[in-house]
Amino acid sequence: MSNLSRKRLEIGFFAGPALLFYVGLVIIPIVLAAFYSVFRWDGLGPIVDPTCIDAYAAAGSLGPNYCNRFVGIENYTRAFADPVFISAIGHNFFILALSLVIQGPLAIGIALLLNRKMRGRALLRLLIFIPYVLSEVVAGLAWKLLLLPNAGFDTFLDLLGWKGDKPNWLAEPDVVMWTMFLILTWKYVGFAVLLMLAGLQGVPEELSEAAQIDGASWWQTQRHITLPLLGPTIRIWAFLSIIGSLQLFDMVWVTTKGGPNFSSATMATYLVEIGSSRQQIGFGTAVAVILFVISLVIALVYQRFALNRDLEGAMTGRGR
Amino acid sequence: MAIATTNPGETRGRRRFDLSSPIVYLVALIVICATVVPVAYIVVNGFRTTKQINESLAGWPDPWTFANYNRVLFGEDTLFWNQAGNSSLIAIGTTLGVVVFGVMAAFVIARYEFKARNAMYALFTAGLLFPISVAILPLSIMLRTLGLNGSPLGVIIPQIAFALPTTIIILVPFLRAIPKELEEAAMIDGTSRIGFFWRILLPLSGPGLVTVGVLAFVNSWNAYLLPLFVLGAGGAGQANYTLPLGVQQFSTQYSADTAGVLAFTSLAMIPALLFFTLAERRIVGGLTGAVKG
Repeated sequence: MSNLSRKRLEIGFFAGPALLFYVGLVIIPIVLAAFYSVFRWDGLGPIVDPTCIDAYAAAGSLGPNYCNRFVGIENYTRAFADPVFISAIGHNFFILALSLVIQGPLAIGIALLLNRKMRGRALLRLLIFIPYVLSEVVAGLAWKLLLLPNAGFDTFLDLLGWKGDKPNWLAEPDVVMWTMFLILTWKYVGFAVLLMLAGLQGVPEELSEAAQIDGASWWQTQRHITLPLLGPTIRIWAFLSIIGSLQLFDMVWVTTKGGPNFSSATMATYLVEIGSSRQQIGFGTAVAVILFVISLVIALVYQRFALNRDLEGAMTGRGR
Repeated sequence: MAIATTNPGETRGRRRFDLSSPIVYLVALIVICATVVPVAYIVVNGFRTTKQINESLAGWPDPWTFANYNRVLFGEDTLFWNQAGNSSLIAIGTTLGVVVFGVMAAFVIARYEFKARNAMYALFTAGLLFPISVAILPLSIMLRTLGLNGSPLGVIIPQIAFALPTTIIILVPFLRAIPKELEEAAMIDGTSRIGFFWRILLPLSGPGLVTVGVLAFVNSWNAYLLPLFVLGAGGAGQANYTLPLGVQQFSTQYSADTAGVLAFTSLAMIPALLFFTLAERRIVGGLTGAVKG
C-alpha cells in the first residue's frame, strides 16, 4: 500500500466515526429544519405526496401551492406576524441585556474581591459552583417551590423588612421575566465568577504590585491594570452568555412553560410548544431557523468586532 | 540586595489589601449564603410533613420526619432508582462515545497534514453555534423513523453528536502540545502512526480525556430537552425516564404532595453534587481550558 493511501485510510478510520455522527445528527437535522420550514406539515406521513407531484409533473408545472403543503415563506411571515413570537424574541433579548449589564459586573466584582489568598478559598470555589452543576430542571423546580406565595423567598424578604403583600413571582405577567432573570443569575453567576477568577490567574501579580508601589489605589489598580488584562475572559464570558440567553429553554419550560399567557415565552419554548404540542413541524422549524439565524448573526458580528483576537487560535486552528 | 528591597514593598502592598479583609469575607459569606441557602431550604423542607407545610410554607421541621425521603427511596412504586439508573446508563454511554470518537477525530486534526484539515476543524467549531433546540424537531422525526424513539440509544447517539464540537475544541490544542520529537522517536523505533496513537498519545492525554469526559457526563446527566422528546413524547414510560424528566413528572403528578416533591427534588440533586465534588477540578479546568481555546 502506498504511503498516501495508507494516510488517507488512517484519516478516514480516525475521523470517520465522529464525522458520521456529527454530520448525520447535527448538520443534517439543521438542513432538514430549513427544508421543512417551507412546508405545512404535521410530521406524519410523507412531506410531499408523490401522487400529487406526479399529477403536477404531468400537467407540466408545480404551481404556487403544489399539493397544498409547500407554502414558501408563509411560515416565516406567520411567525413574525404573531405578537406572541415577537414578545418571545423580546424576552430572549431582555435576559441577554440584563445578563450583560448585571451578571457580568456582579461576577467581575465578586471575582476581584475574592482574588487573593484567603482562608477557605477552595471551599468557596466549590460552593459557588453548586448552582451551576445542578440540572436546570432540579434548580427550576427548587425555585418554583421557593417562590410559592409565603414560602422561603417571601419569608426571606420578610426578614429583610419587606412586610406586606408581595407579587406572586412566577404567576404575574409583569414580574415573571424579572423572576426568571433572578433564577438564571443564581444559576449562572458562580460559573461567571469562576471564569473571571481563572482569567485573573493570568494577570501577573507584579503589575498590580508595581502600581501599588507607585501609589495607585486598589480601585485604580483594578480599573487600569487588572480589568483591561481580564478583557479576553470577559469577552468570552459575554459570548457564552449571549448564546445561552438566545437559546434559553429548560429553566423557562420547567418553571412556567412560558406562561402565564406567554409572558415568559422564549423563542425555544415557542418552537417546542408549536412543534411538539401542536404538531406543526413546518411552522416549528421555521421558528427554529429564525432562532438559528439570529444566534448566528449575533455570533458573527460579535466575533468580528469583539472576539476576533481572543479566538483567533481556536477558530482558525493555527496554534494559540 | 535586589530581593531585600522588593520584599518589604510586596509586604506593604499585601498589608494594605488586608485592610479590606472584613469586606471580602462579608462578600464571600453573602455569596455562599445566596448559593447554598436555597438548596438547603429544599433539603430541610423535605423533612417536614405535607400537613406542616400546608400550615406554614416556610418553617423548621417539627418534628423531623424521614417518611418523604423513605417513600421516594424505598417506597413500593418509587421510580427513583430506575430513573437514576437510566440517567447513569445514558450518561456513561454518551461519555464513552464522545471520548472515543472525539479523541480520534482530534488526533487527525491535531497531527495529520491534509488539505481538508482546516475545513474539518472549522466544521466542528461551527457546531458550538448549533443548539439542540434548532435541530430537535427534525431530529425527533429522524429518530422515530430509525425506531430509536423511546430507547436510551435515541438519547445517547444524538448527545454524542452534539458533544463532539466542545470535545474536539478542547482536545486539539492538547494533542498538538505533545512534542513532535516523541512521535519521530516512536517512528524510528518502528511504531506506526496508529501504534503511536495507542501507546503514547492516549496515555499522555489522560488529563484532557478526563476533562472532556466529565463535561460530557455532567451535560448528559442534566440534559432535559432531548430526553423530553425522545423518552417523554416518545412514550417510553416513566420507568424509562432519566432523573430530570422523572423529577419534573413527579412534581406534576403529585403536585399536592409538596413534601414528596421536595424530597424527590433534594434526592435528585445528590448525584450531581457528589459527582461534582469528586470532579470539581476537572470541570473547572475543562471550562476554563475550553474558553482559552
